Amino acid sequence: MAVAAIAPGFADPVFDAQKAFRTVMDAMAHPGRVHELQTALAPPAPLSPVAAAVLLTLADFETTLWLGETLTKTPAVADWLRFHTGTVLTEDPGEATFAAIADPMRLPPLGAFAQGTLDYPDRSTTLILQVETLDPSAGPTLEGPGIDGTARLLPAPLAETFWLEARRNADLFPRGVDFLLAAPGKIAALPRSTRIVEGD
Amino acid sequence: MTATSETWSYNFAYLDEQTKRMIRRAILKAIAIPGYQVPFASREMPMPYGWGTGGVQVTASILGPDDVLKVIDQGSDDTTNAVAIRGFFEKTAGVATTTATEEASVIQTRHRIPETPLSETQVLVYQVPIPEPMRYLEPREAETRKMHALQEYGLMHVKLYEDIARHGHIATTYAYPVKVSGRYVMDPSPTPKFDNPKMDNSPALQLFGAGREKRIYAVPPFTQVTSLDFEDHPFAVQTFEEPCALCAAEGVFLDEVVLDDRGGRMFVCSDTNHCEERRAAGHRGRLSGDPTKTEDASQGERP
Repeated sequence: MAVAAIAPGFADPVFDAQKAFRTVMDAMAHPGRVHELQTALAPPAPLSPVAAAVLLTLADFETTLWLGETLTKTPAVADWLRFHTGTVLTEDPGEATFAAIADPMRLPPLGAFAQGTLDYPDRSTTLILQVETLDPSAGPTLEGPGIDGTARLLPAPLAETFWLEARRNADLFPRGVDFLLAAPGKIAALPRSTRIVEGD
Repeated sequence: MTATSETWSYNFAYLDEQTKRMIRRAILKAIAIPGYQVPFASREMPMPYGWGTGGVQVTASILGPDDVLKVIDQGSDDTTNAVAIRGFFEKTAGVATTTATEEASVIQTRHRIPETPLSETQVLVYQVPIPEPMRYLEPREAETRKMHALQEYGLMHVKLYEDIARHGHIATTYAYPVKVSGRYVMDPSPTPKFDNPKMDNSPALQLFGAGREKRIYAVPPFTQVTSLDFEDHPFAVQTFEEPCALCAAEGVFLDEVVLDDRGGRMFVCSDTNHCEERRAAGHRGRLSGDPTKTEDASQGERP
């Protein structure tokens, strides 16, 4: 692929990344809360601009990235990410620092991703799931660190088994994966510390 | 862009972007695992270890041009460490700084939590010397890591028990160990135990950076932070017999100031901003030197 065909990254790498990070940090600190994340990025489809902004902000040559099936079908996605971040793409989700999934209906079993160890629970995968909507007035009730009382969040679409798997993931605490849910212009987080207490 | 290459010869907030990304990744993991110490590749900073290099690196990685930064050192905005770090970020990031707690969006602190309650839009960044709460009991990192992994915190309770056996009460008054969200035992950094209850269920995000020891950890907002204790020796904060000598505040943490060589002393707010705001609001303490009153301000008579 010709280099000229690669779409641009952040217009301002320093401040765009800082802004995106603060939004992601706020989201991680307030699980279930939906945050605005506007970005001018136009990454190759099916990678969404919000997921792309998260990856440009956090991925680099020190990280490994696993791409879901839908994203690997378009080589331009990997080319774009490699060019802008220098991240190492891996085919083994168990080795991935980050995983980007464009079609959350086809999310592999969570156990396939790095879970961290009891000694180093931080060595686990952060999953970036592209969803279409994030509804904070529906979905299961969430509680745990970062949540004042309870919160609710319904990302869609999601596989039927998602909440069952997410509940098991929370049971693994302090091991487990963390989720960043990227909808158009919006982001929410579901770290492993969040307990999914009722509903599905 | 607010910056020109003329005024800045280095990157915004000093650190290079790759370092920021590495620290940002550690911060996100720290928030996801409350109280767990995430290792990070701490950089050399243009100040020695012990001067808050951990806190400075965390602040540099989260700071944006719209932030308003406050830096406190033992509650004071005006001591060397606070002034130097505030100046560092004014120079390297060009951010606005303040001494007013409620105006700040990021507060870097060395060993105090402001008296003014924090809000959800604020981030508190602690400078941490020794992040491992059991380090003085068990010097081997491999062992303490295993203890955290297995939630084996008996040693910490033995330490508190020995306090009781020796002194009749838990004599630990600062860096008083806490349990975060019922899982990890954490060193709240050498803050007085007076501040421990403020960490519990705080609406502000709390980030901890230890530069020399290369660890970052976090307490998310609205997270349970419990000070370790025993049923028959419950945790209690320090109390002070007299109010602040300058602003008459009660229920705040006071510093003792020696006035002379005859035992004279005064107690003043450790949080200088809180004290100044109270005095501006008309509160007067015993030694505030109010010119409209002629109190005897020369003596700090105490037994």
